[in-house]
Amino acid sequence: MAYQISVFAENKPGRIEKITGILAQNQINLRAITISSANGFGVIKLLVDQPQKAYELLHSHDIPAYLQEVIAVIMEDQPGGLHKIAKILSQNQINIEDAYGFVVKTGERSVLIIQVESQPHAQSILERSGLRVLNDEEIYQY
Amino acid sequence: MYWEKEIETISPEELKTLQQERLKLTLQRAAQTPFYRKLFAQAKIKPELIKTKEDLQFIPPTTKEDLRSGFPFGFLSVPLTEVVRLHSSSGTTGTPTVIYHTASDLARWSNQVARSLFTVGVRKNDIFQNMMSYGLFTGGLGMHYGAERLGAMTIPIGAGNSKRQIWFLKHFKSTVIHIIPSYALLLSNLIKSEGLDPKTDFNVNIILLGAEPHSEGTRKRVEQAFGAKAYNSYGLSEMNGPGVAFECGYQTGMHLWEDYYLVEIVNPKILTPCQPGELGEIILTTINREATPILRYRTKDLAFYYQEPCPCGRTHLRISRIQGRADDMFIFRGVNIFPNQIETVLMNIPEVGANYRIILSREDYRDIMRIEVEIKPELFAGELPKLERLRERITNELRAEILVTPQVVLVEPGTLPTQEGKAIRLIDKRKL
Ligand SMILES: [Zn+2]
Repeated sequence: MAYQISVFAENKPGRIEKITGILAQNQINLRAITISSANGFGVIKLLVDQPQKAYELLHSHDIPAYLQEVIAVIMEDQPGGLHKIAKILSQNQINIEDAYGFVVKTGERSVLIIQVESQPHAQSILERSGLRVLNDEEIYQY
Repeated sequence: MYWEKEIETISPEELKTLQQERLKLTLQRAAQTPFYRKLFAQAKIKPELIKTKEDLQFIPPTTKEDLRSGFPFGFLSVPLTEVVRLHSSSGTTGTPTVIYHTASDLARWSNQVARSLFTVGVRKNDIFQNMMSYGLFTGGLGMHYGAERLGAMTIPIGAGNSKRQIWFLKHFKSTVIHIIPSYALLLSNLIKSEGLDPKTDFNVNIILLGAEPHSEGTRKRVEQAFGAKAYNSYGLSEMNGPGVAFECGYQTGMHLWEDYYLVEIVNPKILTPCQPGELGEIILTTINREATPILRYRTKDLAFYYQEPCPCGRTHLRISRIQGRADDMFIFRGVNIFPNQIETVLMNIPEVGANYRIILSREDYRDIMRIEVEIKPELFAGELPKLERLRERITNELRAEILVTPQVVLVEPGTLPTQEGKAIRLIDKRKL
Protein backbone atom coordinates (compact mmCIF):
# COMPACT_ATOMS: atom_id res chain seq x y z
CA MET A 1 0.00 0.00 0.00
CA ALA A 2 1.06 3.53 -0.72
CA TYR A 3 0.12 6.57 1.34
CA GLN A 4 -0.52 10.18 0.57
CA ILE A 5 -0.87 13.12 2.92
CA SER A 6 -3.71 15.59 2.55
CA VAL A 7 -3.20 18.99 4.08
CA PHE A 8 -5.84 21.61 4.73
CA ALA A 9 -4.68 25.03 3.61
CA GLU A 10 -6.21 28.41 3.03
CA ASN A 11 -5.64 30.06 -0.32
CA LYS A 12 -3.02 32.43 0.97
CA PRO A 13 0.49 33.19 -0.20
CA GLY A 14 3.18 31.17 1.52
CA ARG A 15 1.07 28.16 2.47
CA ILE A 16 2.85 25.66 0.21
CA GLU A 17 6.19 27.18 1.05
CA LYS A 18 5.55 26.58 4.74
CA ILE A 19 4.70 22.93 4.18
CA THR A 20 7.55 22.18 1.80
CA GLY A 21 9.89 23.99 4.20
CA ILE A 22 8.97 21.69 7.07
CA LEU A 23 9.48 18.63 4.86
CA ALA A 24 12.82 19.82 3.48
CA GLN A 25 14.22 20.61 6.92
CA ASN A 26 13.53 17.04 7.92
CA GLN A 27 14.99 15.45 4.81
CA ILE A 28 11.67 14.24 3.51
CA ASN A 29 11.55 14.06 -0.24
CA LEU A 30 8.53 15.16 -2.16
CA ARG A 31 7.52 13.03 -5.11
CA ALA A 32 4.31 14.69 -6.24
CA ILE A 33 1.99 17.44 -5.17
CA THR A 34 -1.53 18.46 -6.22
CA ILE A 35 -3.65 21.36 -5.10
CA SER A 36 -7.41 21.69 -5.25
CA SER A 37 -9.34 24.62 -3.87
CA ALA A 38 -12.76 26.17 -3.47
CA ASN A 39 -14.30 28.92 -1.37
CA GLY A 40 -11.07 30.32 -0.04
CA PHE A 41 -9.58 27.07 1.17
CA GLY A 42 -8.07 24.03 -0.40
CA VAL A 43 -6.50 20.66 0.00
CA ILE A 44 -2.89 19.98 -0.87
CA LYS A 45 -2.04 16.34 -1.53
CA LEU A 46 1.53 15.24 -1.06
CA LEU A 47 3.33 12.09 -2.02
CA VAL A 48 6.50 11.76 0.05
CA ASP A 49 9.10 9.13 0.81
CA GLN A 50 8.34 8.95 4.54
CA PRO A 51 4.59 9.49 4.83
CA GLN A 52 4.21 8.58 8.51
CA LYS A 53 7.04 10.88 9.58
CA ALA A 54 5.79 13.72 7.40
CA TYR A 55 2.30 13.30 8.81
CA GLU A 56 3.54 13.52 12.38
CA LEU A 57 5.72 16.51 11.61
CA LEU A 58 2.90 18.47 10.06
CA HIS A 59 0.65 17.68 12.99
CA SER A 60 3.27 18.87 15.43
CA HIS A 61 3.23 22.17 13.54
CA ASP A 62 -0.55 22.33 14.03
CA ILE A 63 -1.16 21.85 10.33
CA PRO A 64 -4.30 19.81 9.69
CA ALA A 65 -3.06 16.74 7.86
CA TYR A 66 -4.57 13.42 7.02
CA LEU A 67 -2.82 10.19 6.13
CA GLN A 68 -4.57 8.20 3.49
CA GLU A 69 -4.09 4.96 1.61
CA VAL A 70 -3.93 5.29 -2.15
CA ILE A 71 -3.24 3.00 -5.07
CA ALA A 72 -0.10 3.71 -7.05
CA VAL A 73 -0.11 1.97 -10.38
CA ILE A 74 2.42 1.98 -13.20
CA MET A 75 1.07 3.43 -16.38
CA GLU A 76 2.57 3.38 -19.83
CA ASP A 77 3.51 6.94 -20.69
CA GLN A 78 1.79 6.91 -24.05
CA PRO A 79 -1.63 7.74 -25.48
CA GLY A 80 -4.34 5.59 -23.96
CA GLY A 81 -2.41 4.68 -20.80
CA LEU A 82 -4.76 6.41 -18.43
CA HIS A 83 -7.81 5.37 -20.42
CA LYS A 84 -6.91 1.71 -20.01
CA ILE A 85 -6.88 1.97 -16.21
CA ALA A 86 -10.00 4.09 -16.02
CA LYS A 87 -11.81 1.55 -18.21
CA ILE A 88 -10.89 -1.37 -16.01
CA LEU A 89 -12.17 0.43 -12.92
CA SER A 90 -15.40 1.63 -14.48
CA GLN A 91 -16.17 -1.83 -15.85
CA ASN A 92 -15.98 -3.01 -12.26
CA GLN A 93 -18.22 -0.20 -10.99
CA ILE A 94 -15.40 1.45 -9.10
CA ASN A 95 -15.65 5.19 -8.86
CA ILE A 96 -12.43 7.20 -8.92
CA GLU A 97 -12.56 9.86 -6.21
CA ASP A 98 -9.34 11.55 -7.16
CA ALA A 99 -6.37 10.73 -9.38
CA TYR A 100 -3.12 12.33 -10.36
CA GLY A 101 0.01 11.13 -12.04
CA PHE A 102 3.66 11.86 -12.36
CA VAL A 103 6.18 10.84 -14.94
CA VAL A 104 9.05 8.66 -13.86
CA LYS A 105 11.02 8.53 -17.09
CA THR A 106 9.86 10.73 -19.90
CA GLY A 107 8.39 8.69 -22.73
CA GLU A 108 8.66 5.49 -20.79
CA ARG A 109 6.43 5.23 -17.83
CA SER A 110 4.55 7.21 -15.24
CA VAL A 111 2.88 6.42 -11.96
CA LEU A 112 -0.80 7.04 -11.47
CA ILE A 113 -2.10 7.69 -7.95
CA ILE A 114 -5.74 6.70 -7.54
CA GLN A 115 -8.14 7.22 -4.67
CA VAL A 116 -11.21 4.98 -4.64
CA GLU A 117 -13.82 3.92 -2.12
CA SER A 118 -12.78 0.32 -1.65
CA GLN A 119 -9.05 0.38 -1.90
CA PRO A 120 -8.16 -3.38 -1.54
CA HIS A 121 -10.87 -4.44 -3.95
CA ALA A 122 -9.70 -1.98 -6.61
CA GLN A 123 -6.12 -2.99 -6.08
CA SER A 124 -6.80 -6.66 -6.65
CA ILE A 125 -8.81 -5.91 -9.77
CA LEU A 126 -5.97 -3.85 -11.19
CA GLU A 127 -3.45 -6.55 -10.31
CA ARG A 128 -5.61 -9.25 -11.94
CA SER A 129 -5.72 -7.09 -15.06
CA GLY A 130 -1.96 -7.35 -15.22
CA LEU A 131 -1.10 -3.92 -13.89
CA ARG A 132 1.68 -3.32 -11.44
CA VAL A 133 0.67 -1.73 -8.12
CA LEU A 134 3.45 -0.23 -6.03
CA ASN A 135 4.00 0.18 -2.32
CA ASP A 136 5.39 3.44 -1.01
CA GLU A 137 9.00 2.33 -0.98
CA GLU A 138 8.71 1.28 -4.58
CA ILE A 139 7.12 4.56 -5.59
CA TYR A 140 10.19 6.29 -4.43
CA GLN A 141 12.56 3.92 -6.20
CA TYR A 142 10.88 4.56 -9.50
CA MET B 1 -50.53 69.98 12.17
CA TYR B 2 -50.78 67.46 14.94
CA TRP B 3 -52.48 64.12 15.43
CA GLU B 4 -53.19 64.96 19.07
CA LYS B 5 -52.28 68.60 19.57
CA GLU B 6 -52.90 68.74 23.31
CA ILE B 7 -50.69 65.82 24.18
CA GLU B 8 -47.99 66.49 21.60
CA THR B 9 -47.51 70.10 22.72
CA ILE B 10 -48.14 69.46 26.42
CA SER B 11 -46.42 71.81 28.85
CA PRO B 12 -43.67 70.42 31.09
CA GLU B 13 -45.83 70.83 34.21
CA GLU B 14 -48.81 69.06 32.70
CA LEU B 15 -46.57 66.30 31.34
CA LYS B 16 -45.12 65.78 34.80
CA THR B 17 -48.58 65.40 36.32
CA LEU B 18 -49.67 63.01 33.58
CA GLN B 19 -46.50 60.94 33.94
CA GLN B 20 -46.92 60.69 37.70
CA GLU B 21 -50.51 59.49 37.36
CA ARG B 22 -49.47 56.89 34.83
CA LEU B 23 -46.40 55.84 36.78
CA LYS B 24 -48.57 55.19 39.80
CA LEU B 25 -50.85 52.99 37.76
CA THR B 26 -47.88 51.22 36.18
CA LEU B 27 -46.33 50.45 39.55
CA GLN B 28 -49.63 48.99 40.73
CA ARG B 29 -49.72 46.81 37.65
CA ALA B 30 -46.08 45.82 38.07
CA ALA B 31 -46.82 44.75 41.63
CA GLN B 32 -49.22 42.19 40.11
CA THR B 33 -46.45 40.49 38.16
CA PRO B 34 -44.36 37.68 39.66
CA PHE B 35 -41.10 39.33 38.63
CA TYR B 36 -41.70 42.79 40.13
CA ARG B 37 -43.51 41.45 43.19
CA LYS B 38 -40.35 39.52 44.00
CA LEU B 39 -38.08 42.42 43.07
CA PHE B 40 -39.99 44.88 45.25
CA ALA B 41 -39.83 42.45 48.17
CA GLN B 42 -36.14 41.72 47.74
CA ALA B 43 -35.12 45.35 47.26
CA LYS B 44 -37.54 46.44 50.00
CA ILE B 45 -39.31 48.83 47.67
CA LYS B 46 -42.73 50.16 48.53
CA PRO B 47 -44.08 50.99 45.07
CA GLU B 48 -46.54 53.49 46.54
CA LEU B 49 -43.57 55.61 47.63
CA ILE B 50 -42.21 55.88 44.08
CA LYS B 51 -43.96 58.97 42.84
CA THR B 52 -41.78 60.90 40.43
CA LYS B 53 -39.40 60.19 37.62
CA GLU B 54 -36.57 61.02 40.01
CA ASP B 55 -37.77 58.34 42.44
CA LEU B 56 -37.26 55.73 39.73
CA GLN B 57 -33.58 55.51 40.61
CA PHE B 58 -34.55 53.44 43.66
CA ILE B 59 -35.79 50.67 41.41
CA PRO B 60 -33.09 48.39 39.98
CA PRO B 61 -33.15 48.43 36.16
CA THR B 62 -34.67 45.55 34.24
CA THR B 63 -32.45 43.84 31.69
CA LYS B 64 -33.04 41.64 28.68
CA GLU B 65 -31.81 38.73 30.79
CA ASP B 66 -34.47 39.54 33.39
CA LEU B 67 -37.12 39.41 30.68
CA ARG B 68 -35.79 36.03 29.60
CA SER B 69 -35.70 34.74 33.14
CA GLY B 70 -39.33 35.81 33.46
CA PHE B 71 -40.40 33.57 30.60
CA PRO B 72 -43.24 32.83 30.11
CA PHE B 73 -45.49 34.81 32.50
CA GLY B 74 -43.13 36.62 34.88
CA PHE B 75 -44.02 40.06 33.53
CA LEU B 76 -47.71 39.50 32.86
CA SER B 77 -49.96 41.71 34.99
CA VAL B 78 -53.38 40.75 33.66
CA PRO B 79 -55.22 37.43 33.40
CA LEU B 80 -54.13 35.62 30.25
CA THR B 81 -57.72 35.74 29.00
CA GLU B 82 -57.33 39.51 28.64
CA VAL B 83 -54.35 39.10 26.34
CA VAL B 84 -55.07 39.33 22.62
CA ARG B 85 -51.56 39.17 21.15
CA LEU B 86 -47.97 38.43 21.99
CA HIS B 87 -44.78 39.46 20.32
CA SER B 88 -41.51 37.72 20.85
CA SER B 89 -37.96 38.66 20.12
CA SER B 90 -36.44 36.56 17.36
CA GLY B 91 -32.90 35.43 16.90
CA THR B 92 -31.79 35.27 20.50
CA THR B 93 -30.06 32.41 22.24
CA GLY B 94 -32.25 30.11 24.22
CA THR B 95 -35.33 31.54 25.86
CA PRO B 96 -37.15 34.25 23.95
CA THR B 97 -38.54 37.41 25.49
CA VAL B 98 -42.29 37.73 25.27
CA ILE B 99 -44.41 40.87 25.43
CA TYR B 100 -48.17 40.48 25.90
CA HIS B 101 -50.74 43.00 24.77
CA THR B 102 -54.36 43.51 25.74
CA ALA B 103 -56.82 44.91 23.21
CA SER B 104 -56.43 48.36 24.71
CA ASP B 105 -52.62 48.03 24.66
CA LEU B 106 -52.83 47.41 20.93
CA ALA B 107 -55.20 50.34 20.48
CA ARG B 108 -52.77 52.63 22.32
CA TRP B 109 -49.81 51.29 20.36
CA SER B 110 -51.67 51.83 17.06
CA ASN B 111 -52.42 55.38 18.15
CA GLN B 112 -48.77 55.92 19.03
CA VAL B 113 -47.72 54.75 15.57
CA ALA B 114 -50.49 56.73 13.87
CA ARG B 115 -49.27 59.83 15.70
CA SER B 116 -45.71 59.09 14.59
CA LEU B 117 -46.77 58.68 10.97
CA PHE B 118 -48.86 61.83 11.08
CA THR B 119 -45.85 63.69 12.47
CA VAL B 120 -43.83 62.96 9.32
CA GLY B 121 -46.74 63.91 7.07
CA VAL B 122 -48.54 60.64 6.34
CA ARG B 123 -52.25 61.26 5.76
CA LYS B 124 -55.43 59.32 5.10
CA ASN B 125 -55.06 59.62 1.32
CA ASP B 126 -51.60 58.04 1.33
CA ILE B 127 -50.85 54.56 0.05
CA PHE B 128 -48.56 52.79 2.43
CA GLN B 129 -46.39 49.87 1.30
CA ASN B 130 -45.06 48.13 4.38
CA MET B 131 -41.83 46.36 3.39
CA MET B 132 -41.07 45.10 6.89
CA SER B 133 -41.46 41.48 7.87
CA TYR B 134 -44.67 40.50 9.58
CA GLY B 135 -44.97 37.99 12.38
CA LEU B 136 -43.37 37.87 15.80
CA PHE B 137 -41.17 40.78 14.77
CA THR B 138 -42.95 44.00 15.73
CA GLY B 139 -41.75 46.12 12.80
CA GLY B 140 -44.32 44.88 10.29
CA LEU B 141 -47.48 44.55 12.35
CA GLY B 142 -46.77 47.58 14.55
CA MET B 143 -46.52 49.95 11.62
CA HIS B 144 -49.36 48.19 9.81
CA TYR B 145 -51.94 48.87 12.49
CA GLY B 146 -50.72 52.42 13.00
CA ALA B 147 -51.14 53.18 9.31
CA GLU B 148 -54.62 51.62 9.28
CA ARG B 149 -55.53 53.63 12.36
CA LEU B 150 -54.46 56.74 10.53
CA GLY B 151 -56.59 55.67 7.62
CA ALA B 152 -53.96 55.17 4.93
CA MET B 153 -54.43 52.33 2.49
CA THR B 154 -52.00 49.75 3.74
CA ILE B 155 -50.30 47.14 1.57
CA PRO B 156 -49.02 44.37 3.87
CA ILE B 157 -46.46 43.14 1.37
CA GLY B 158 -43.83 42.26 3.96
CA ALA B 159 -40.07 42.06 3.49
CA GLY B 160 -38.09 40.97 0.45
CA ASN B 161 -39.18 39.84 -3.02
CA SER B 162 -37.91 42.94 -4.80
CA LYS B 163 -39.66 42.21 -8.11
CA ARG B 164 -43.01 42.14 -6.37
CA GLN B 165 -42.16 45.26 -4.35
CA ILE B 166 -41.39 47.12 -7.57
CA TRP B 167 -44.58 45.83 -9.21
CA PHE B 168 -46.71 47.12 -6.32
CA LEU B 169 -44.86 50.44 -6.22
CA LYS B 170 -45.60 50.87 -9.87
CA HIS B 171 -49.21 49.72 -10.03
CA PHE B 172 -50.55 51.12 -6.77
CA LYS B 173 -48.42 54.27 -6.85
CA SER B 174 -47.45 53.83 -3.22
CA THR B 175 -46.65 57.16 -1.61
CA VAL B 176 -45.19 55.94 1.69
CA ILE B 177 -42.84 53.02 2.25
CA HIS B 178 -41.50 51.48 5.46
CA ILE B 179 -38.17 49.86 4.80
CA ILE B 180 -34.79 48.86 6.26
CA PRO B 181 -32.23 51.48 5.13
CA SER B 182 -29.76 49.01 3.58
CA TYR B 183 -32.63 47.42 1.64
CA ALA B 184 -33.82 50.84 0.48
CA LEU B 185 -30.47 51.41 -1.23
CA LEU B 186 -30.43 47.93 -2.67
CA LEU B 187 -33.99 48.31 -3.96
CA SER B 188 -33.21 51.62 -5.65
CA ASN B 189 -30.39 49.91 -7.54
CA LEU B 190 -32.67 47.04 -8.55
CA ILE B 191 -35.24 49.52 -9.80
CA LYS B 192 -32.58 51.19 -11.92
CA SER B 193 -31.42 47.85 -13.27
CA GLU B 194 -34.99 47.30 -14.53
CA GLY B 195 -34.61 50.49 -16.53
CA LEU B 196 -36.80 52.55 -14.22
CA ASP B 197 -36.03 55.71 -12.29
CA PRO B 198 -36.95 55.53 -8.59
CA LYS B 199 -37.36 59.32 -8.59
CA THR B 200 -39.64 59.84 -11.56
CA ASP B 201 -41.31 56.51 -12.34
CA PHE B 202 -42.82 56.14 -8.86
CA ASN B 203 -44.80 58.24 -6.43
CA VAL B 204 -42.92 57.60 -3.20
CA ASN B 205 -42.59 60.79 -1.19
CA ILE B 206 -42.18 59.55 2.39
CA ILE B 207 -39.77 56.81 3.41
CA LEU B 208 -39.90 55.45 6.94
CA LEU B 209 -36.55 53.97 7.86
CA GLY B 210 -36.51 51.46 10.64
CA ALA B 211 -35.11 48.31 12.24
CA GLU B 212 -31.49 49.21 11.60
CA PRO B 213 -29.33 52.02 13.00
CA HIS B 214 -28.01 54.18 10.20
CA SER B 215 -26.19 57.41 9.66
CA GLU B 216 -27.21 60.77 8.33
CA GLY B 217 -25.19 59.90 5.22
CA THR B 218 -27.26 56.80 4.58
CA ARG B 219 -30.45 58.80 5.00
CA LYS B 220 -29.23 61.35 2.46
CA ARG B 221 -28.41 58.59 -0.01
CA VAL B 222 -31.87 57.05 0.41
CA GLU B 223 -33.50 60.44 -0.04
CA GLN B 224 -31.49 61.16 -3.18
CA ALA B 225 -32.15 57.72 -4.63
CA PHE B 226 -35.94 58.05 -4.34
CA GLY B 227 -36.29 61.82 -4.48
CA ALA B 228 -38.29 61.59 -1.25
CA LYS B 229 -38.00 62.49 2.42
CA ALA B 230 -36.68 59.72 4.64
CA TYR B 231 -37.42 59.70 8.35
CA ASN B 232 -35.61 57.93 11.12
CA SER B 233 -37.50 56.21 13.88
CA TYR B 234 -36.79 54.21 16.99
CA GLY B 235 -38.52 51.26 18.51
CA LEU B 236 -37.92 47.96 20.22
CA SER B 237 -40.20 45.03 20.83
CA GLU B 238 -39.87 45.24 24.63
CA MET B 239 -41.33 48.75 24.39
CA ASN B 240 -44.07 47.72 21.91
CA GLY B 241 -42.06 48.11 18.72
CA PRO B 242 -41.99 50.88 16.13
CA GLY B 243 -43.18 54.30 17.25
CA VAL B 244 -41.26 54.70 20.51
CA ALA B 245 -39.56 57.77 19.04
CA PHE B 246 -40.01 59.39 15.65
CA GLU B 247 -38.54 62.27 13.76
CA CYS B 248 -40.66 65.24 12.86
CA GLY B 249 -40.44 67.33 9.71
CA TYR B 250 -37.29 69.02 11.02
CA GLN B 251 -35.33 65.76 10.96
CA THR B 252 -33.22 66.79 13.92
CA GLY B 253 -33.59 64.11 16.54
CA MET B 254 -36.56 61.89 17.28
CA HIS B 255 -39.38 62.83 19.63
CA LEU B 256 -39.66 60.11 22.24
CA TRP B 257 -43.32 59.97 23.21
CA GLU B 258 -43.21 60.81 26.89
CA ASP B 259 -46.88 60.11 27.53
CA TYR B 260 -45.98 56.46 26.76
CA TYR B 261 -42.56 56.18 28.37
CA LEU B 262 -40.42 57.67 31.09
CA VAL B 263 -37.04 58.13 29.51
CA GLU B 264 -33.66 58.28 31.19
CA ILE B 265 -30.35 58.61 29.41
CA VAL B 266 -27.58 57.41 31.66
CA ASN B 267 -23.95 56.48 31.74
CA PRO B 268 -24.08 52.76 30.89
CA LYS B 269 -21.42 51.85 33.44
CA ILE B 270 -22.59 53.72 36.53
CA LEU B 271 -26.16 54.61 35.52
CA THR B 272 -25.85 58.30 36.42
CA PRO B 273 -27.90 60.76 34.34
CA CYS B 274 -26.24 62.25 31.26
CA GLN B 275 -26.13 65.91 30.29
CA PRO B 276 -27.68 67.11 27.03
CA GLY B 277 -25.44 66.06 24.15
CA GLU B 278 -23.70 63.42 26.24
CA LEU B 279 -23.92 59.91 24.85
CA GLY B 280 -25.60 57.44 27.19
CA GLU B 281 -27.82 54.40 27.35
CA ILE B 282 -31.55 54.86 26.91
CA ILE B 283 -33.57 53.48 29.82
CA LEU B 284 -37.33 53.30 29.37
CA THR B 285 -40.29 52.69 31.63
CA THR B 286 -43.66 51.89 30.07
CA ILE B 287 -46.40 54.09 31.52
CA ASN B 288 -49.14 53.49 29.00
CA ARG B 289 -49.36 49.71 28.84
CA GLU B 290 -51.36 47.22 30.90
CA ALA B 291 -50.41 43.66 30.11
CA THR B 292 -46.62 43.87 30.33
CA PRO B 293 -45.37 46.74 32.47
CA ILE B 294 -41.60 47.11 32.34
CA LEU B 295 -39.73 49.40 34.69
CA ARG B 296 -36.43 51.00 33.78
CA TYR B 297 -35.64 48.77 30.86
CA ARG B 298 -32.01 48.88 29.83
CA THR B 299 -32.27 49.16 26.06
CA LYS B 300 -28.46 49.06 25.62
CA ASP B 301 -29.01 51.59 22.84
CA LEU B 302 -26.73 54.61 22.97
CA ALA B 303 -27.99 58.09 22.15
CA PHE B 304 -27.98 61.63 23.51
CA TYR B 305 -30.77 64.13 23.98
CA TYR B 306 -31.29 67.70 22.81
CA GLN B 307 -32.17 70.44 25.23
CA GLU B 308 -33.42 73.09 22.81
CA PRO B 309 -37.16 73.07 22.08
CA CYS B 310 -38.06 71.74 18.64
CA PRO B 311 -39.39 74.29 16.14
CA CYS B 312 -42.25 71.89 15.33
CA GLY B 313 -43.83 72.75 18.67
CA ARG B 314 -43.83 69.20 20.05
CA THR B 315 -42.53 69.21 23.60
CA HIS B 316 -41.59 65.55 23.87
CA LEU B 317 -37.90 64.85 24.43
CA ARG B 318 -35.76 64.69 21.32
CA ILE B 319 -33.14 61.96 21.21
CA SER B 320 -30.36 61.56 18.67
CA ARG B 321 -29.91 58.72 16.24
CA ILE B 322 -28.87 55.49 17.91
CA GLN B 323 -25.09 55.72 17.96
CA GLY B 324 -24.29 52.18 18.98
CA ARG B 325 -24.91 49.45 21.50
CA ALA B 326 -23.92 49.37 25.12
CA ASP B 327 -23.05 45.69 24.81
CA ASP B 328 -21.67 43.73 21.91
CA MET B 329 -24.93 42.74 20.34
CA PHE B 330 -25.03 43.76 16.73
CA ILE B 331 -27.84 44.37 14.31
CA PHE B 332 -27.48 42.72 10.97
CA ARG B 333 -30.07 43.29 8.24
CA GLY B 334 -32.52 44.21 10.92
CA VAL B 335 -31.92 41.12 13.04
CA ASN B 336 -30.45 41.39 16.54
CA ILE B 337 -27.54 39.01 16.86
CA PHE B 338 -25.36 38.23 19.83
CA PRO B 339 -21.86 36.92 19.04
CA ASN B 340 -22.64 34.38 21.70
CA GLN B 341 -25.31 32.80 19.50
CA ILE B 342 -22.74 32.24 16.80
CA GLU B 343 -20.26 30.88 19.29
CA THR B 344 -22.82 28.43 20.66
CA VAL B 345 -23.51 27.01 17.21
CA LEU B 346 -19.85 26.76 16.23
CA MET B 347 -18.76 25.17 19.45
CA ASN B 348 -21.34 22.41 19.05
CA ILE B 349 -19.69 21.30 15.80
CA PRO B 350 -16.85 18.88 16.59
CA GLU B 351 -14.74 19.76 13.53
CA VAL B 352 -14.60 23.41 14.56
CA GLY B 353 -11.44 24.53 16.32
CA ALA B 354 -11.03 27.03 19.13
CA ASN B 355 -11.15 30.29 17.26
CA TYR B 356 -13.53 32.07 15.00
CA ARG B 357 -14.02 35.63 13.85
CA ILE B 358 -17.09 37.52 12.71
CA ILE B 359 -16.42 40.23 10.15
CA LEU B 360 -19.23 42.56 9.20
CA SER B 361 -18.88 44.71 6.13
CA ARG B 362 -21.00 46.49 3.60
CA GLU B 363 -20.82 45.96 -0.13
CA ASP B 364 -23.17 47.61 -2.59
CA TYR B 365 -25.36 48.78 0.27
CA ARG B 366 -25.79 45.24 1.46
CA ASP B 367 -24.48 44.01 4.78
CA ILE B 368 -22.16 41.02 4.57
CA MET B 369 -21.35 38.71 7.44
CA ARG B 370 -18.22 36.66 7.01
CA ILE B 371 -17.40 34.10 9.64
CA GLU B 372 -13.90 32.67 9.65
CA VAL B 373 -13.78 29.36 11.42
CA GLU B 374 -10.65 27.46 12.40
CA ILE B 375 -10.87 23.74 11.85
CA LYS B 376 -9.50 21.12 14.22
CA PRO B 377 -6.33 19.45 12.84
CA GLU B 378 -7.26 16.04 14.22
CA LEU B 379 -10.72 16.10 12.65
CA PHE B 380 -9.59 17.15 9.22
CA ALA B 381 -10.86 14.49 6.84
CA GLY B 382 -8.54 15.04 3.92
CA GLU B 383 -10.90 15.75 1.06
CA LEU B 384 -12.15 18.94 -0.50
CA PRO B 385 -15.77 17.76 -0.92
CA LYS B 386 -15.87 16.83 2.76
CA LEU B 387 -14.62 20.30 3.68
CA GLU B 388 -17.23 21.82 1.43
CA ARG B 389 -19.90 19.75 3.19
CA LEU B 390 -18.58 20.86 6.56
CA ARG B 391 -18.72 24.47 5.43
CA GLU B 392 -22.30 23.99 4.27
CA ARG B 393 -23.26 22.34 7.52
CA ILE B 394 -21.80 25.22 9.54
CA THR B 395 -23.61 27.72 7.31
CA ASN B 396 -26.95 25.95 7.68
CA GLU B 397 -26.69 25.59 11.44
CA LEU B 398 -25.78 29.25 11.79
CA ARG B 399 -28.65 30.28 9.56
CA ALA B 400 -31.08 28.28 11.68
CA GLU B 401 -29.93 30.17 14.75
CA ILE B 402 -29.38 33.74 13.53
CA LEU B 403 -31.90 33.74 10.64
CA VAL B 404 -29.45 35.25 8.17
CA THR B 405 -26.96 33.47 5.94
CA PRO B 406 -23.33 34.17 6.74
CA GLN B 407 -20.38 33.56 4.43
CA VAL B 408 -18.45 30.83 6.19
CA VAL B 409 -14.75 30.48 5.48
CA LEU B 410 -12.67 27.65 6.90
CA VAL B 411 -9.23 28.68 8.06
CA GLU B 412 -6.18 26.92 9.44
CA PRO B 413 -5.85 26.52 13.19
CA GLY B 414 -3.90 29.20 14.98
CA THR B 415 -4.06 31.65 12.09
CA LEU B 416 -6.71 34.02 13.42
CA PRO B 417 -5.15 37.06 15.02
CA THR B 418 -5.42 37.61 18.74
CA GLN B 419 -4.90 40.70 20.84
CA GLU B 420 -2.86 40.12 23.97
CA GLY B 421 -3.81 36.49 23.78
CA LYS B 422 -7.49 37.33 23.58
CA ALA B 423 -9.34 36.35 20.46
CA ILE B 424 -10.96 39.15 18.49
CA ARG B 425 -14.47 37.87 17.92
CA LEU B 426 -16.18 40.68 16.10
CA ILE B 427 -14.96 43.20 13.57
CA ASP B 428 -17.56 45.62 12.32
CA LYS B 429 -16.32 47.40 9.21
CA ARG B 430 -19.72 48.75 8.24
CA LYS B 431 -19.87 52.50 8.00
CA LEU B 432 -23.11 53.63 9.52
ZN1 LIG C 1 -40.06 68.34 16.25
